[in-house]
Order: sequence, then C-alpha cells, then structure tokens
Amino acid sequence: MSILVNKDTKVLVQGLTGKTGTFHTEQALAYYNTKMVGGTHPKKGGTSWTSSLDGTKLPIFTTVAEGKEVTGANATVIYVPPAGAAAAIIEAIEADIELITCITEGVPVLDMVKVKERLERSNSRLLGPNCPGVLTPEECKIGIMPGSIFSKGSVGIVSRSGTLTYEAVFQTTNEGLGQTTAVGIGGDPVKGTEFIDVLELFLADDETKSIVMIGEIGGSAEEDAAQFIKDEAKKGRSKPMAGFIAGLTAPPGRTMGHAGAVISGGKGGAEDKIEAMESAGIKVSRSPAQIGKTLVDLLNS
Amino acid sequence: MNIHEHQAKALLKEYGVPVSDGVAIFSVDEAEAAAKSLGGPLWVVKSQIHAGGRGKGRFKELDKDAAGGVRLARSIDEVKFDVKEMLGNTLVTKQTGEQGKQVNRLYIEDGADIKSELYLSLLVDRESGRVAFVASTEGGMDIEAVAEETPEKIHTIPINPATGVTKDDVEKLCDAFELSGQARKDGATLFPILYNAFVEKDMALLEVNPLIEMKDGHLRVLDAKVSFDNNALFRHPDIVKLRDLSEEDEKEIEASKHDLAYIALDGTIGCMVNGAGLAMSTMDIIKLYGEEPANFLDVGGGATAEKVTAAFKIITSDPNVKGILVNIFGGIMRCDVIAEGVLQAVKEVGLKVPLVVRLEGTKVAEGQKLIDESDLDVISAKDLDDAAQKIVAAVRAAK
Repeated sequence: MSILVNKDTKVLVQGLTGKTGTFHTEQALAYYNTKMVGGTHPKKGGTSWTSSLDGTKLPIFTTVAEGKEVTGANATVIYVPPAGAAAAIIEAIEADIELITCITEGVPVLDMVKVKERLERSNSRLLGPNCPGVLTPEECKIGIMPGSIFSKGSVGIVSRSGTLTYEAVFQTTNEGLGQTTAVGIGGDPVKGTEFIDVLELFLADDETKSIVMIGEIGGSAEEDAAQFIKDEAKKGRSKPMAGFIAGLTAPPGRTMGHAGAVISGGKGGAEDKIEAMESAGIKVSRSPAQIGKTLVDLLNS
Repeated sequence: MNIHEHQAKALLKEYGVPVSDGVAIFSVDEAEAAAKSLGGPLWVVKSQIHAGGRGKGRFKELDKDAAGGVRLARSIDEVKFDVKEMLGNTLVTKQTGEQGKQVNRLYIEDGADIKSELYLSLLVDRESGRVAFVASTEGGMDIEAVAEETPEKIHTIPINPATGVTKDDVEKLCDAFELSGQARKDGATLFPILYNAFVEKDMALLEVNPLIEMKDGHLRVLDAKVSFDNNALFRHPDIVKLRDLSEEDEKEIEASKHDLAYIALDGTIGCMVNGAGLAMSTMDIIKLYGEEPANFLDVGGGATAEKVTAAFKIITSDPNVKGILVNIFGGIMRCDVIAEGVLQAVKEVGLKVPLVVRLEGTKVAEGQKLIDESDLDVISAKDLDDAAQKIVAAVRAAK
C-alpha cells in the first residue's frame, strides 16, 4: 500500500504545453510509466503533446472536466504561472478531481484564501501550492521530485520544504529503509493539505512502518501535528517518528524564501516546534544530514 | 514589501478611512510651510522608517536624554527644532538593531484629542486560512507583550471571503473594542472599509496601533503600518511605485533583480543553496558546527548559469565572508548547470576565500566531473555533513 497515489492514479496536467510542464511530464512518464493521461489548455483543445524523450503523445483538452470525462483522470498537477494558478485549482475542484497538486510557486496568498474556502465545500484534496508534489516509489510520480533517489520501502515522508524532502528521501534510501510515499505539502502560509492530514493517512497505511516529518519556521502546523500525534497515541495509534525543523538560525521578522517561513510576533520559532515534537515522542534531528540516521537509531532502540 | 506610514495613510484615506491631516517632508526647509499649512495648535513630528518602536527609539547622534523618533510640538518653532534634530540622523529602535536607520523623511501631522487607544490589525490567519481582524482594547502598547501577559484581551475574528465583513462581524469587533455611541457607528463604517482595502491591495499586514477614540467620540487611525504580499505585486503597479529602496539592503536589492531570495546576516560563511528549507538548514548546520552564516540565499528551482554567477557575486561582495558553501540538491535544478555557473563565477570574480561545493541529485555525476576536472581550487564534499565540516575547518584554518 501507499498513500494518495499508486500505479492506478491517472494524471491530467494543467499547463502541460509550457516548458516546465513538458519537462516534468516527460520525467513522470519515464518514471515507471506514471499514468499521465493528457493535458489541458483553454485554446489548444483537440491538439496533442509529444514527449521529446520517446515520442509519447498525449491529448490536450480545453477543460479539466472534458479531460476527466474522456480519460477517467482522478488527479491533476498544475504548472501554470502564479497569476492563473488559483483559477486552475478552482477549475479542478469544480471538475470534482480527487487529488489536485499545485507545484506553482508565488501564488498570491489572498488567492489561496478564496481557493481554501471553495475547497472546504468540495470533495477534492489539494496539495500545495509551492510544493514538490507526491511520489510513490516504482508506481507514480506527480510533480518535480527526482525519481532516482527513491527506493520502495517502509518510511512515510511528509515535508513543507522541497529540497529537504529530497534529503530525507535520499538518506532513508541510503539507510536501506526506502519509502512508501513522500508528500510535499508546500511552503505557503495558506495551503490545501496540512501535516495532520498526511499523518492520518500514514498512520492508517499498513505498509508505512515509520514516519519522517520535516517542518520549518513559521505558523503552528508542527505544534498542531505534535498534538495530533499525542492524541492518537493515547488511542493506541502510533508509529516511530523522526523529524527535522529548518530555521533554528533564522532571524525573526524575515521571510526565509518560502512565503510561510517567517517568525512573527514571537511565534513560529524552531525551538518551540522541536520542543512540541519531542514532547509527542518524535525524535528530532538537530542536523539536516542526520535525518535518516536518527530514524535508524530510533528503530534500533 | 513595506511602505512608510505617510504612504499607508494616504492610501487608506482614498478608501475613506479617517486619518489626521499631514504633510511628508524631506528637508529642513519644508518644515515651516508644512507646519503652517496644518495650522496647529498641536503637531506631531514622526520619523518615517520601516521599523516599529519609533516613539521609544533614540537618535545615535543626539544626547541620550533628547526626545525620541515621534515628538509632540506646540509651536512652529518647536516643529522646526524637532525637524532639525531628527532629519538625517540615525534612529535606533528595538526593531532596527544597533546600527539603526537613517531618517530621510518626516511626517508632520495634526495632533488629536485622544480619549482612548485601541489596537487593530488585519492579517492572513494561517489557522483559519482567512483574513482576520485582531482587536484589543490595549492600544498604543507593544502588542506582543499584551499577547504574552494578557492573551484574553486579544480577539481574533476571521472573515469569510465569500461574504466579506458581515453585520455580525462588526458587532463582534465593536464588542471586542468595547465601543458605544458615535464610536460604534464609526466602527460599522470603518471595519468593512479596512477589510476591503486589505483585500483589494493584496496587503500582508495592516496594523493600526493605535486606533483612537477621540474626545468627540469619533474613531481615527493614528498610526498605520502596511506591508504587501510580494507575490501579488504584479497586479499593483501603483503600489510598486511606493517602494523606498533606501530602506533596503543593497545586496538584497541586487538579489531581487535576479529573482534570488537573499537575506544578509552577520556571520562569516556565505551560502548558496537551492530551496528555502535546505537554505535555512544549511545555515543551521554551519551554526551546529560552531560558525555563523553570512547570508540566506535560495537560488530557486530554475536557476541558470547566469543566475548562479549573480548569486556568487553578491556573496563575495560581502566583506565579512571568509568562506563559501555551495549546497545543491538538484530536483528541477541540474547539478551540471550549477557547476558550470560556479566555475564561470570563480573565473569572473576570482576566489579569495575557501569554497566548498556539495552536489547531489539530477546530473550529479556530470556536475561533479566538471568541478573535479577544473584547475580551480574548489573543495568537493560528499554530503551535507561533510560539506559543513569542511567549510568550518577551512574558515578556521584561515583565521
């Protein structure tokens, strides 16, 4: 088992005809034949897209609804520029797509406030925006994570940061553990999926034997997740967990690259998050280079 | 992006928000005319810098018992005296750091008869995913201290984006501020206006501290701090024009031209990293091994060789930098492109300090080969731990 995506996930690409969409769709097709089933473009419906790697052709549809109707897609991935990202997400929500992944970085936060309100009245799940996507090893790659560092295994990974997700994946691969699924939830302050949502899925997944959670400064999602882990443990649901928090040295009041990574009003600092996670029994590595090793030590103890 | 108080007030005034009359001045010569045009008998002279705590701030160049960065004046001569003392001098507040900020403009305002001071702000509340009002009767104070000591005096009221500010929201706000009579009527008009301004202009923060109830019962915005969502500036050219580059770090301005996320810090090890989380962690691991990072720098996902060269130039222009750590985990970004950029930059700018490069991910073998085969003095690292230890050791050896 895995979470969110597997070999049967059918993916439609919103923004396939652009440079970024093209590159990552080629990579996804090359990754264990992820079922990329088509793309959308408001003016290019009826045409087709061709992979420069192996000549694979995919149909382009005018709308997500039409693409879903024809291909049976249950997921979309969004590579459209920031100004159109919110409209693309809402289009996918209205087409009742199960899983929407928005890679786009730089979406205005008030656009996401509107999206979130619409999302709450729907059956869709949104990952991102400003996230690297989701990958289940040897089955399905949605987004921009490099497939080569993954191996099939037992660790569930959830992270707010793209490149730190890669570190956690790489290190758990090197330790011989491998992953069930890696999920990037994104670095923006208002987003579709929070840690708790993904942790719930990992706790419920039989193949996921342990979990790595990577957070960063800003907001209180890590504290909320720690509380959730505590509450679930009381109900008898728990798995070994290792973690890492980026930004111990970040100065307050400065936004550290990710729109959501800012310590403001004395809140959102790394120390508070580490303390909350440790009090929930999560072993937090102080070094970003020791995430895999921290998990192995925990599993051996 | 931040703007000055006088700009924020001018913007809010367009929406019909009650603010005091005022004039922004840039030189001592303008003081008298400005004060006369306002009429008096009470003026407020306010330093315009992008930092809070101005009232309690102190000027570096003045005696320590001289008045602060916001002053009351009771005559035109007093206004002129204050302007002379303040303009061009360096104001140090608890938000500026020890180096302080030079005051290049002042805002001269009509004084107001204050009955009570309230605190109001609008921000994007992460928990609800909505724009929220933060309201407190404890205005004019440090709101962080209020939150710490008396959290029950702070009320957070999220607004549904589908409806905007409802009558019910207005009632809640008026109750939170304990308003009655004329002030309550004013609130019913003011609160929806502030929300609309926030949403229409894509603000990230609108802080009114204090919002005052005057002796005549009317509400007035006495101070206003506004910042905007950088990601939304593309649809607000009018706001972009308000940017004051003199308030920003030169290296940060240069970085923003190349679409690089850069923040200057006080340490000695310059960092160039892809991804915000990894960039922060690279700073953290340097600290873990006992040294301090000189900067945060995220070259982003789609960096080209030119962008890497620009980043390298910005890092080396900081005289505090005694060593450089390049840490790249290529996902979208290809390691060979980074390697090319780094080698190109070293050739162009020269290398006066140790440079450690750690590459991983897409096309790592090709990137590593380029570094290894160059005749430049670049230290390769096999992983992040190795990289951090090597740069710390190199910087210490050079001390």
